[in-house]
Amino acid sequence: MTVTTHIPSRTSLPLTLWRDSNVIQKAAALIGLALVLMALLAPLIAPFDPLAQSLISRLRPPLGFERYKDGFYLGTDELGRDVLSRSLHGLQLTLGLALAGATIGLLIGGTLGLFAGLRRGWAEDAIMAAVDLQIAVPFTLLALLILALFGSSLTVMICVLGIAGWEQYARIVRAEVRKITELPFIEAARASGGGQRYIALTHVLPNIVSPLVVQFTLSLSNIVILESTLSFLGLGVQPPTATLGSMVGYGRDYMPTAPWMVIAPAVLIILVTFSVQILGDWLRDRADVRLRDR
Amino acid sequence: MTLYILRTLLKMVLTLFAIITLVFFATRMSGSPLDTALGDGLAEEDRALMIEYFGLDRSIWYQYLAYLRGVLEGNFGLSFIERRPVADIVAERIWPTLQLLGSALALTLVVSVPLGVVAALWRDSWIGSAVMGLAFIGYAVPNFVIATFMVLIFAFSLNWLPVVGNGTPWHFIMPTIAMSGVLIAALTRFTRNAMLDVLGQDFMRTARAKGLPETVVILKHGLRNAGVTVLSVLGLQIAGMAAAGNVVVEAIFSWPGIGELLVSAAIMRDYPVLQFGVISVAFAVVVVNALTDIAYVVADPRIRMAKG
Repeated sequence: MTVTTHIPSRTSLPLTLWRDSNVIQKAAALIGLALVLMALLAPLIAPFDPLAQSLISRLRPPLGFERYKDGFYLGTDELGRDVLSRSLHGLQLTLGLALAGATIGLLIGGTLGLFAGLRRGWAEDAIMAAVDLQIAVPFTLLALLILALFGSSLTVMICVLGIAGWEQYARIVRAEVRKITELPFIEAARASGGGQRYIALTHVLPNIVSPLVVQFTLSLSNIVILESTLSFLGLGVQPPTATLGSMVGYGRDYMPTAPWMVIAPAVLIILVTFSVQILGDWLRDRADVRLRDR
Repeated sequence: MTLYILRTLLKMVLTLFAIITLVFFATRMSGSPLDTALGDGLAEEDRALMIEYFGLDRSIWYQYLAYLRGVLEGNFGLSFIERRPVADIVAERIWPTLQLLGSALALTLVVSVPLGVVAALWRDSWIGSAVMGLAFIGYAVPNFVIATFMVLIFAFSLNWLPVVGNGTPWHFIMPTIAMSGVLIAALTRFTRNAMLDVLGQDFMRTARAKGLPETVVILKHGLRNAGVTVLSVLGLQIAGMAAAGNVVVEAIFSWPGIGELLVSAAIMRDYPVLQFGVISVAFAVVVVNALTDIAYVVADPRIRMAKG
């Protein structure tokens, strides 16, 4: 007599996720994918050089309006630059900055959280005090101070965005580590002579990946909002380079006569934050379900 | 409980101390003290006075102590731009900011508490989903984007509302809405979750079993209990969010408050003003947080007992 056990067929994770999602989540995933592709391919698909100025085609409206200039589908700005090309390149920079910032936050916060969770003692107290401090102060204010003091270059901006969310990672990682280190298999690893670093890297880290992925996605949308807000205020990346936020900021002065200068980048910002946030919430719900089933 | 209150207050003082220290060293790291504390074009006698007061020609530790003394005395030096005491400049800005904050918080409470209750009561129908969808939108759209679209529609297209300044009640409408967006979203979520927690409690069933009308059960027993949680959230999370949002919204609408002052100080690199602004807003947020924490413990006997 043979015993058959039901082995669930292995399908790829993205496919499973896709099948379990509702219409809004599918739309968000597709929009997100499209935005990433647009950002990656910006240099190829942008019809014009985003910095190329043209005095004779300044402040031209988008397709379908009077005075539309052929080829400039979304109109031109006050220096005759193509709004579509600038938006695509701005999207690239916005997403790139957000990814860089979220990654730095993940590395700083993850390392500190891992350290705090494994070491305990005064190191943990010091790290958690820093976490509490960061939570207590509205970060936008600190960002203003840092950008004013150190100038708003690309490097400084990435650093600011990197410090923006580290405390969330530190909290999550520390809590997860404390939970995991209570489990028998860590004890077993320790009993068989595994060192602190070995245990951290091979046993603890792989087990906290899923909450980290969720937090990474959720923080991405916050970082996009922070970056575009700072750029909007004129404190982000300096012209002529533009992110979506700074395009809205500079376009503000021309709003009565040339509203298209702000509408395109503003809509892109909304699409980015919407799709990222929906995906983040969805991943979080999925992760929770998994935890509940356990 | 006294111990808990003392601990909260001690933590508050330590947090403030850490913020002040952080701000001081960040500023000193970025350039020479004479540049970052005095700026250009100061009258000779003012300059000598400031160097003396802040010990700018002494060691960094002396400067640090002098800076702390300055904080205690409310002396942050002279503004680079206006060449007068920073404290005076900030003091003039407090009232407009409080007005805007007040109207934004009022709108937030009036809108999000009923919405949150509705979303909790009808959680499984389309009404609940619609409310949470709205809350999601408020969360995902940055307030400067909301402000930009409002200005585009209501000021430039329809010509209904003024954009700049705070002269009339009309001036309050757009800044208040722009500031409230994310606050409403957050508070609606919190209210809904707090209500859902309360709705499942035994005392709600008891209240219904007594034969009380449903409205009384929901409002008197449900909302009053959920209200404690909601108020604590208002102090702990909303305070920080409001401070951040205030900066952006005031800058957009040229509102003559602290937020606008901070942004223009950051752009003009007016370090003394920026330092004082950051420290005083952080001070406000930290104090509100601590007071909420204490009020929460004092109000709720269950926590009062548990936290000792």
